Amino acid sequence: MLDPIQKINGIKDILVEDGIIKEVKEKIKVKADEVIDARGLWVTPGLIDVHVHLREPGYEYKETIKTGSRAAAKGGFTTICCMPNTNPVIDNEILVEYVKMKAEKEALVNVLPIGSITKGQKGEELSNIGKMAEAGICAISEDGKSVMNAGLLKKAMKYASMFNIPVFSHCEDPTLVGGGVMNAGEMAERVGMKGISSDSEEVIVARDIILGRSTGVKLHICHISTKGSVQLVREAKLRGEKVSAEVCPHHFSLTDEAVEGYDANTKMNPPLRSAEDVESLKKGLKDNTIEIIATDHAPHHIDEKNCEYDRAAFGIVGLETALSLSITHLVEENILTPMQLIEKMSTNPARLLGIDKGTLRIGKIADITIIDPNEEYEVNVNDFESKSKNSPFHGVKVKGKVKYTIVGGEIVFKNGEFIDKY
Amino acid sequence: MITNKDILGIRNMNSDEILQILETAEIMKKRIENKEQREKILKDFSIVTLFYENSTRTKMSFTLAAKYLGANIVDLGVSTSSVNKGESLVDTGVTLDQMGTDIMIIRHSMSGAANVLARNVNASVINAGDGVNEHPTQALLDLFTIYEKKKNFKDLKVVIIGDITHSRVARSNIFGLKKLGANVVVAGPSTLISKNMECIGAKVTTDIKEAIYKADVVMGLRIQLERQKGGLFPDIREYRQMFGINKELMKYAKEDAILMHPGPVNRGIELSTEIIDGDQSVINEQVKNGVAVRMALLYLLSERRKGNEDINSKWKNVRSYTKDKWNKRYIG
Repeated sequence: MLDPIQKINGIKDILVEDGIIKEVKEKIKVKADEVIDARGLWVTPGLIDVHVHLREPGYEYKETIKTGSRAAAKGGFTTICCMPNTNPVIDNEILVEYVKMKAEKEALVNVLPIGSITKGQKGEELSNIGKMAEAGICAISEDGKSVMNAGLLKKAMKYASMFNIPVFSHCEDPTLVGGGVMNAGEMAERVGMKGISSDSEEVIVARDIILGRSTGVKLHICHISTKGSVQLVREAKLRGEKVSAEVCPHHFSLTDEAVEGYDANTKMNPPLRSAEDVESLKKGLKDNTIEIIATDHAPHHIDEKNCEYDRAAFGIVGLETALSLSITHLVEENILTPMQLIEKMSTNPARLLGIDKGTLRIGKIADITIIDPNEEYEVNVNDFESKSKNSPFHGVKVKGKVKYTIVGGEIVFKNGEFIDKY
Repeated sequence: MITNKDILGIRNMNSDEILQILETAEIMKKRIENKEQREKILKDFSIVTLFYENSTRTKMSFTLAAKYLGANIVDLGVSTSSVNKGESLVDTGVTLDQMGTDIMIIRHSMSGAANVLARNVNASVINAGDGVNEHPTQALLDLFTIYEKKKNFKDLKVVIIGDITHSRVARSNIFGLKKLGANVVVAGPSTLISKNMECIGAKVTTDIKEAIYKADVVMGLRIQLERQKGGLFPDIREYRQMFGINKELMKYAKEDAILMHPGPVNRGIELSTEIIDGDQSVINEQVKNGVAVRMALLYLLSERRKGNEDINSKWKNVRSYTKDKWNKRYIG
């Protein structure tokens, strides 16, 4: 059992009753309905992904709340936060209620909606942030782009702080991106494509940190990908500011070398960066500048990927590979201990969202993930539960596999099979 | 000898392949000049040109090259085809594939488009220019022209001047020239040239005089007038005066230097009219060589498709050169 909050790293028995963790100790002697023998496995608080695109409503051909939640369960996630860049954009409480209702009916895991910052993500007027907060959003975000009007963003931050919800900031200045489709640098030069420079991300990271400081909002920087961004967040934290940052598994698992061959499954935003950036991200994970690992699970249809690189959609799926990639590239490479990994995939996300999860303490809801850290396998996109198969990791050998996913005491995923209630 | 199914770029070719194409082009050039020698050796081949971007010389050059070899060549006419109804590149390619096309020649505004087409069709794909990535046949004809004039690539100083960042011609030439042992210097305003070019082997400078100094080959590039609106340089007048190549600048080059340009030229902007029509200019020769190189490429690709490895046996005059001799002649 691994629980960062209780600082437990050892062999324990866990008793779950009525969806609640009833007891945690060396040996529990009780007649249970089902006993899981988890010897040699990690038993962890359910993983939480703060950055997922479920595409519903509007883009059901890419993903739905149902299929996305199945992918999450398979990947060991018991709670996922879904981004509002759907069609229509989640910018009022009615749409929040819709997502919640669909999730209630069809999702295998907990789904927490995120509301947009501005109406229609147009960057002009504030969304109904207050009404959405009442309806249960966990954060606001303009993900997919930045609110370029700094004055408006500042007002949103001030307003959001009234409801104590965090602002998730996607950092990208489009005037610096130009028509870029991959990391600007030597590789872009080699393959002859327009680059996305690091500064296009970093100027907005810097701006948002400054605005976060002046408004006092809980600021969370999404998917940081560059050395400079890591440094900006590190400095802000040293100053004691309320800022957190996430990194996506693909950004520490691959470099822009992967773009060679023009496979659009290597196209995402922010793009795969240089080896130097990857090193900095790993360093940032190690010194806890980056306290959260999130997938930015972004499903796209094959027709949006098997086409010209410039025309292809940005984004890759990540729910079903995140844990394995993290174990392979972080734990196996001694960047993080297993405990630190679980902290970044469960405890810290729960703290950011202000939800009562991310621990296996007695009395808490029994969201539990059981992982075999030693099982090796080859990623096969055709086995994905997600509707979309846009992953650059097809055929890649990884280590670490989810064996059980338990949500509110119910086993929803067990040894490769879904215990489907629908 | 052509290793791959497709000709997508010079970057993934080796020097042997490049030399073989140049070698074959030499023979083909004679066939253009001497009508009796135009054998219809490609009469069973069907070729489609698929131009998503405008072109005069590349398309005409390919078309005539194919006709001189007796191939069936048709143009898709992108603007009048189903592409206008929104048909995707992949679907268009697969459709042409089903019709029995042997070779597809594609020009596209997006980098890597030829690669995407190539991995979705059985036909051989020739990249006739993709975005800012590569224009391999232009580079091959440039290399052939340089070979004809200089007989050697080893330690040649080749300078390319102009909008390097947006030039697939520059990039393909750099890849090719480096493989054959030449030194390449690229020069232009700092907004149209990236320091990262050094990673593909070119020396980067913004000093035109230094770049041209003692050059064997001076290559100008077309400056796309719309770049000015994108804020990459202030105006044409300033560009001409600071980066245009004229007679005065050419004096810094070696006396026997040649002047090249892939065309079409903006007369009086990147090159002065005086030097375009001057003695050092080989711009018209490049056009003729373009047909020869494309004939060579079509022929070699067709032989590869027939699975005939020993293509040299067809032409005794080619066989007489051993590989060593070729290396000596071209690479020094």
